[in-house]
Amino acid sequence: MPFEMPVEKWTGAVNAVTIGATAAEGGTRGSTVTVGGDAGLPFLHFEGKTPHRPAIAMEVPDVAPAELPPPMMEAFGDVTSDPAAWASKCAGEYGADMICLRLTGAHPDREDRSPDQCAQVVKSVLSAVTVPLVIFGCGHADKDNEVMPRVSEVAAGENCLLGTAAQDNYKTITAACLADGHKLITEAPLDINIQKQVNILVSDAGMDLSRIVMYQATGGLGYGMEYAYSIMERTRLAALSGDRMLAMPMLALLGNECWKVKEARLSDQEAPTWGPAAERGVLWEAMTAACFLHGGTHIFVMWHPRAAQQLRTMVDSLIGEVI
Amino acid sequence: MFSIGERINGMFRSVGAAIRDKNPEPIQKLARNQLSAGADALDVNVGPASADPLAAMEWLVKTIREVTDAPLAIDTTKPDVMRRGLELAGPGSIINSTKGQQEQLDIFIPMASELQASVIVLTIDENGIPRDANGRSEIALRAVASAMEHGLDPDKLMIDAVILPANVAQPTAAQVLETIRSVKLLSDPPPKTVLGLSNVSQGTTQRPLLNRTYLVMALASGLDAAILDVLDTEMMDAMIAAELLLNRAVYCEDFLRAYRS
Repeated sequence: MPFEMPVEKWTGAVNAVTIGATAAEGGTRGSTVTVGGDAGLPFLHFEGKTPHRPAIAMEVPDVAPAELPPPMMEAFGDVTSDPAAWASKCAGEYGADMICLRLTGAHPDREDRSPDQCAQVVKSVLSAVTVPLVIFGCGHADKDNEVMPRVSEVAAGENCLLGTAAQDNYKTITAACLADGHKLITEAPLDINIQKQVNILVSDAGMDLSRIVMYQATGGLGYGMEYAYSIMERTRLAALSGDRMLAMPMLALLGNECWKVKEARLSDQEAPTWGPAAERGVLWEAMTAACFLHGGTHIFVMWHPRAAQQLRTMVDSLIGEVI
Repeated sequence: MFSIGERINGMFRSVGAAIRDKNPEPIQKLARNQLSAGADALDVNVGPASADPLAAMEWLVKTIREVTDAPLAIDTTKPDVMRRGLELAGPGSIINSTKGQQEQLDIFIPMASELQASVIVLTIDENGIPRDANGRSEIALRAVASAMEHGLDPDKLMIDAVILPANVAQPTAAQVLETIRSVKLLSDPPPKTVLGLSNVSQGTTQRPLLNRTYLVMALASGLDAAILDVLDTEMMDAMIAAELLLNRAVYCEDFLRAYRS
């Protein structure tokens, strides 16, 4: 008897979201990035099309972390004091599809930078690269409500992806995105129910569902990765089953999660049996990315260029012939 | 659940009058109201009193099509009226309905296949309504076989196990639930199941309570679709809550609103 492949028939699909605007579209980007549109589970091409490649956004902090691990210093040691140069290196030398600028310096516990200082950094990065920008605030709700409207304003027309809108703090950033023509990141703390609720809230505030990207707090390999994976999987299944409130592409902050764990950080002397420190963090990030790729992540915010390259190779092998 | 709004039916006095006077407004308002209340499709029935059902159906479908592209369930037993209604409504429509005897299936199932429609098959045949779930499932199986013969996907078939009023045929309610469960085993993919829900409470007191209670019971048994009064908010809330508790929708605080949006 011939074998017949059991194929799920889905009624929904993930929204396709485009980030960045070229001159013709009112911005100054040299290229745009479109993610999402998936009509099946990740890379099950017989089930439904994956029309767009997952994208790699390399992370650039406005203020470099106090102690970057040696492999990161090797890649970025010459640019740590200059976010524009850091971004330029990511987009040029390392081939990033997008830059993810994180305005951590605005946090009252860090440098407490002013909205204008932050806006200045955004402008310098926009001038330094032609790829689209993802911009995160500092994570301090009140401060972000001061900073993000200003940031949104100076990037008006560039169709950036701004974050984040959370359940208890979504109005200001949503209004800014609406006013200046940006896309919006909605955030939830590894909780699909809250994720759906935030999406409803920002939608009530006027944000079209097709302009949203979702971010669930990311768990790195060994540190809650499987929990994040199961939420992504459930979210994708809901989207494919026709739940419009969960049908947005997903973003993950991988580099940040992976490089803070001891497996990535400990030196060869501290962990002589764990393999060379020069490779460990890179592999930790690349392997976490591999899992998230299968879980359905669309935008990977990465730290290390070699981890990004490994992810790119994986995407090529999974998606290559389809696109 | 796939909700088919039942209100555009000539049996309702206001609808009957609108059809007679060719007055589009009440019809179009009912179409819009039902869709915004959560209807996925609209039932379209010219009513028993219409002198020229073909012309009435043509006018009704065209009138509704002026305000929505939603799927229409063409509700008639007359093949010529059905065909004309389906042609005007376009692909994705629903034949509502055919009985399960072979000669009826031989008319309506090829029509569904030809006009890219789904078809509701009542578990009634030349011998009437079977007295138990097995008899109902036998008719459903005949419909599945007929669909396969005519190249209609089994999931374009909607089996209606025919609920009767609780004050007339009380044992029917449980038999229909059993039929809904067993129909799912007939093919892969299985046929869909549907109910003309309001019939369960015809002539009883507490109609809304019986309707929504039975709807929840039927959903728990695997019901896919219902022809019902979507303007009954309490019933639609109960349906949404049931879908949630059956894990067919993801919970959030505003789950009622999320479902409706």
